[in-house]
Amino acid sequence: MLSEYLPVVIQLLIAIGFAAFVLIVTHILGPKRYDPIKHDTYECGVDYYGNAQRKFAIKFYIISVLFVLFDVEVIFLYPWAINLVDLGWQGFWGMFVFLGILTFAILFAWKKGALEWE
Amino acid sequence: MHTELWSLIIEKTIFGVILLAAIMTGAAYVTLAERKVASWFQDRIGPNRAGPLGLLQPLADGIKFFLKEDMIPKNVHKAFYLLAPGIAAIPPLLIAASIPWGNQIELLGKAIKLQMIDLNVGILFIFAFASIGVYGVMLGGWASNNKYSLMGGLRSSSQMISYELAQGTAVVGVLLLAGTLSLDEIVKQQDSLTKWYVWRQPIGFFIFFVASLAELARVPFDLPEAENELVGGYHTEYSSMKFGLFQVSEYIHLIVTSALISTLYFGGWQIPFVDIASNSSFIYGVLGVISLLLKTVFFIFVFMWLRWTLPRFRYDQLMSLGWKFLLEAAFVWIVITAILVLAFPWYKTWF
Amino acid sequence: MIKIAFIILSLISIFSALMVISRKNPVASVLWLVFHFFGIAGLYVLLGAHFLAAVQIIVYAGAIMVLFLFVVMMLNLNLVNNEKRGKIIGKSIGAVVSGLVLVLFTYSIRTTKWNELFFNQVTDQEWGTAVKLGSLLFSNWLVPFQIVGILLFAAVIGVVALMKRKITRKVENGIVITQEEDVA
Repeated sequence: MLSEYLPVVIQLLIAIGFAAFVLIVTHILGPKRYDPIKHDTYECGVDYYGNAQRKFAIKFYIISVLFVLFDVEVIFLYPWAINLVDLGWQGFWGMFVFLGILTFAILFAWKKGALEWE
Repeated sequence: MHTELWSLIIEKTIFGVILLAAIMTGAAYVTLAERKVASWFQDRIGPNRAGPLGLLQPLADGIKFFLKEDMIPKNVHKAFYLLAPGIAAIPPLLIAASIPWGNQIELLGKAIKLQMIDLNVGILFIFAFASIGVYGVMLGGWASNNKYSLMGGLRSSSQMISYELAQGTAVVGVLLLAGTLSLDEIVKQQDSLTKWYVWRQPIGFFIFFVASLAELARVPFDLPEAENELVGGYHTEYSSMKFGLFQVSEYIHLIVTSALISTLYFGGWQIPFVDIASNSSFIYGVLGVISLLLKTVFFIFVFMWLRWTLPRFRYDQLMSLGWKFLLEAAFVWIVITAILVLAFPWYKTWF
Repeated sequence: MIKIAFIILSLISIFSALMVISRKNPVASVLWLVFHFFGIAGLYVLLGAHFLAAVQIIVYAGAIMVLFLFVVMMLNLNLVNNEKRGKIIGKSIGAVVSGLVLVLFTYSIRTTKWNELFFNQVTDQEWGTAVKLGSLLFSNWLVPFQIVGILLFAAVIGVVALMKRKITRKVENGIVITQEEDVA
């Protein structure tokens, strides 16, 4: 069982090694000519003002919270799906109610305007 | 015991390195294909200077990327700025390793499976690493300390997480029929043309395909790179191979997604009317790989075709489509599939 | 072999957990926490809990930490340099709480009879796969499962209540007045 996971480690090391190799090689090969204007933040040639780390719309935050909640729901679908034939109708109704509750939840969020982007 | 372990490590390491080389070459040539397809659609010639028919263009591009100045703008958060392209490149490579590229081939008297990572939670593994891909984008956008980058990164990551839900739900339709999470098993079950899951899961396939388009941020969902609004999106401040890594990981993701669609819905390495699974000779193994590659190339072409066919969505339309239509449609489709599986056992066995 | 893997994964987990609490930049903390979750997922795999390992990465590393990163990025990081304020009170409260938690955990770890509870019962090597988990979850544990659904619904209501601020703009005597009020 555990030897199945060995390739994961190997591939992870290969991928990390590759990314590091590329980043280091390009750093060594490329020329380096410092220029205060070239190394400035690019805002279409206009002088930039302030800092980019400013507050942004709460919409993005709402979407990511909703994503966490529905991600948990989707995860439950997987063990259910591969067992459905053995579980029979009892398993079906169990998931039906669960999906019903969460569909209701998403309709509620929709109705309250949590999914609007104006 | 120890020799067994070491032979496994050596086999998988060689396989991993070959896979890396193959997928990098593939990604390089997909960039050329993208330009060639674009020129074909627009009735022009496209890249034709480097080598015959421009075939050496990817090599020239790669060398250029490496030799460009590795510029680190002075206002960035340096550590995160350098980390982001690396993080972006790793997940697609792991997903590539867990796709069954072929059944198995006999080499040096040893049957070698053409799937590097074969887990009993295969599909979940793919979604796990797909969800890690968000970090490269978010971090790249944030660390650049540029308002365009930040907006691009936020938009990209919101889009990716929104469509991940629809994508993850649509796959459940296939799992209901397959009864397993292992990709290898799913391919083996589609052993004739009629058993390809696309015939029994047309709506599931459609939802998965649209969600994949959005995950890849390709037209009509290429908001993150809407050049007229955001300059270049999250990688505005990146240069040389740091930018190259973002680009390469995007194209690897394109290849891998096309291969995943082929694997889940179009029989993977199976060839219609040819029995590959029970034949372990070298030539049959290679035929299987070619079969999957042809299907993958077809889907890559479809993605490029759409690029020159559809106009771009607006951001609110994009979010509405994901949350208000695709997700609900996927739920309904799952319930319908479950009823069909339970009420008509014939639907699962098929003909 | 398993022992070596266990030691490596534990060291990764502990080291990254220490990095989480010692970093000054919250973004660095979040990334170390993601790394930590990979170590934990590895430990789950060693226990044979394959499904749980995948869920650990999908839900914790792939969803919850994305949310954390959004929150951290939303806070204005340039203003976080107020270390002086509430230093002593905050630290002493923190020390008391974490000390109590430490006592609680040590006590419960030491008094639990692990051998009876766990090691003797697991004879099935496949107990942690998605198939086994699903067949138990949707037969014996169906009611708790539905309660999870209701819990998630409650969380959605919470999110909606949190975000919903109605902004009304009206013009009085040529001056624009914006008003925020809570709806939901």
